[in-house]
Amino acid sequence: MFDGLLLLPVGLDWGHASPALGWLWLALVASGFYHGVNPGMGWPLAVSAGLMDKSPRALFRALWALAAGHLLATLLVLLPFALLLVLAEWQRSIQLVASLLVIGFGVYRLIERRHPRTLARIPPTQLALWSFAVAIAHGAALMLVPIYLGLCQAFELDAGHAAAGALMKANLVKASLGMAVLVSVVHVAAMISAGGCLAWLVYRYLGLRLVSRSWFNLDVIWATSLIVVGIVALAFNVSSWR
Amino acid sequence: MTMRPDPTFHASPKLAMEAPAENFAYTLLLSPDFSKPDALAVIDVKPGSPTYSQIVHTVTMPNKGDEFHHFGWNACSSALSPLAGHAFIERRYLIIPGLRSSRIYIIDTKPDPTKAKIHKIIEPEEVFKKTGYSRPHTIHCGPDGIYVSTLGGGGKDGTNGPPGVFIMDCETFEVLGRWEIDRGRQTLHYDFWWNLPRDYMVTSEWALPPQFENGIVPEDLLANKYGHRLHFWDLRARRNVQTIDLGANHQMALEVRPAHDPVREYGFVGVVVDTTNLEASIWTWWREGGTFHVEKTATIQPEPAPKEKLPPLLQGFGAVPPLVTDIDLSMDDRFLYVSCWGTGEMRQYDVSDPRKPKLAGSVHIGGIARRTPHPNGKAFAAGPQMVEISRDGRRVYWTNSLYSTWDDQFYPDGVPGVEVMANVGRDGGLELDKDYFVSFPDGYRAHQIRLEGGDCSTDSFCYPSA
Repeated sequence: MFDGLLLLPVGLDWGHASPALGWLWLALVASGFYHGVNPGMGWPLAVSAGLMDKSPRALFRALWALAAGHLLATLLVLLPFALLLVLAEWQRSIQLVASLLVIGFGVYRLIERRHPRTLARIPPTQLALWSFAVAIAHGAALMLVPIYLGLCQAFELDAGHAAAGALMKANLVKASLGMAVLVSVVHVAAMISAGGCLAWLVYRYLGLRLVSRSWFNLDVIWATSLIVVGIVALAFNVSSWR
Repeated sequence: MTMRPDPTFHASPKLAMEAPAENFAYTLLLSPDFSKPDALAVIDVKPGSPTYSQIVHTVTMPNKGDEFHHFGWNACSSALSPLAGHAFIERRYLIIPGLRSSRIYIIDTKPDPTKAKIHKIIEPEEVFKKTGYSRPHTIHCGPDGIYVSTLGGGGKDGTNGPPGVFIMDCETFEVLGRWEIDRGRQTLHYDFWWNLPRDYMVTSEWALPPQFENGIVPEDLLANKYGHRLHFWDLRARRNVQTIDLGANHQMALEVRPAHDPVREYGFVGVVVDTTNLEASIWTWWREGGTFHVEKTATIQPEPAPKEKLPPLLQGFGAVPPLVTDIDLSMDDRFLYVSCWGTGEMRQYDVSDPRKPKLAGSVHIGGIARRTPHPNGKAFAAGPQMVEISRDGRRVYWTNSLYSTWDDQFYPDGVPGVEVMANVGRDGGLELDKDYFVSFPDGYRAHQIRLEGGDCSTDSFCYPSA
């Protein structure tokens, strides 16, 4: 996997990337901030950990665990798509299915409004597991798939333009895996810096009253975000096929 | 589903104490001879209100013989649990189990407590079928659902299998099933509570239904056959990790009151009677180095009394046992209130040092031999029993009935329902409020009290006060 990451600078043709590139990176970082400030993704847990142990260290330990779980969930969702990209002839179908999957999950979250309360049954000592489960259950990782596929397309990693040689294919797989790792790391870095800042502010300066005051029900917005991301990706892909 | 967390949810006990005071008290009414349906009374407790200390609304149930006892909310401050990640439910529904019938009522208190009404009724068969338990008792609102403890197992007399805890959905009120995965040595049940971030639960023991439904069984008591153990559980793993026996003579370990501040890993439990000397006792339990410890930290002595002042049950002893039947801990974990239902006394202990409770205040009212009247001159039958403390710790409310058949044995002259309130001084001390005295309709007794917006035996917290 790290091998793939090392390949990135050589595998990516930065000069010929499409104009959508900037927007895609921006979307990636923005999604990280968005997940980070959402209390449902765990920053109050870091506050609780810091206060319970009366130490800022415990707060940062909790942030690491939350980041690790979120990263794992993102990778788990992106990696299968990275492997699928090598199937050049299926490229359009993959994009189509990915977009529909994200839209479908958003619609499902809109209809099935009940929250998975069993998440509260994960022991507080297993924060990484909790963070992983939350990211999967809410489709946080799924939200990144269209962005990821867009980035791969922008860097022409989608095999559409690649020669059929076996060596080329192997390099492509490495590069697309590397891109998946890069996308996950950038997203999680944005997510944990936003959530971490908020946790630190509440822990150190603003006080616990903010935990309940800052907590808005994002269910509808969250589900809508999934649908919007899916639709934008769909429109983008369809227009690029012409 | 709401857009913001309910304003009565608080991250820490300190924030709960700073919240506005209660305007209403909900009190359960039971018909001891089962001739009338049980009811929920809504009492105005807002000082200065024209209906202060009066019942302003009553929800009467459609069945008879439920025997209401304890009750609780569908949701409380535990909904702010960061692990639940979703605080958007309302503290809105009161969950009232019928201890005798195993029927559970869900009462909707919105839009206004004075318009409270029945929202749903869960018939006993559903409880039996889905849990194998019977006689639901204590309700606690957890971050993942409503936890209900039971006193009976399966079968007609509730002795087919041990009693335990089951979980209900906090929005649909569907009975989800048993909580325990490994109950270890636990075979009896009474109260339970937890420390959410530290991930443990503590449960206590009263007795099996044949030992209480038709009255206390003196032979069983003298043979030390009532409960006398505490069980400590891994909350999320749902396993009994430790059982501590208080000693067989310490009969009936009832209310479990953990410190509200989750950094404090200790709590209290009250023991009704020591069969060797009729003493009642307070025990402190704590966790240290991963294991739990328990120690007897306060005792309350029986009071000698002439035979003619005693009910037949006690005449052979020539003394009144204190009978500690309920305890409650203030939100700041400073004062522990102890009901002495036999001697007719409400005690206030300063438990700032949890293993060295110091008597800080006391009020006498009622009692088997003392029969102290209320300062307003009215009679107070029986003694202080179910006690509830306002969130700010300034007011302590209590009622006088223990359990239909037991009332009749200890207080054969009758136990008309009464609710009183005492004001607490800044640094302790208790004084009965002359203006607060609630009498209930004829033929009703009063049991547990719940305060609007949460109280000291309802809410559990995921963040410390500091």
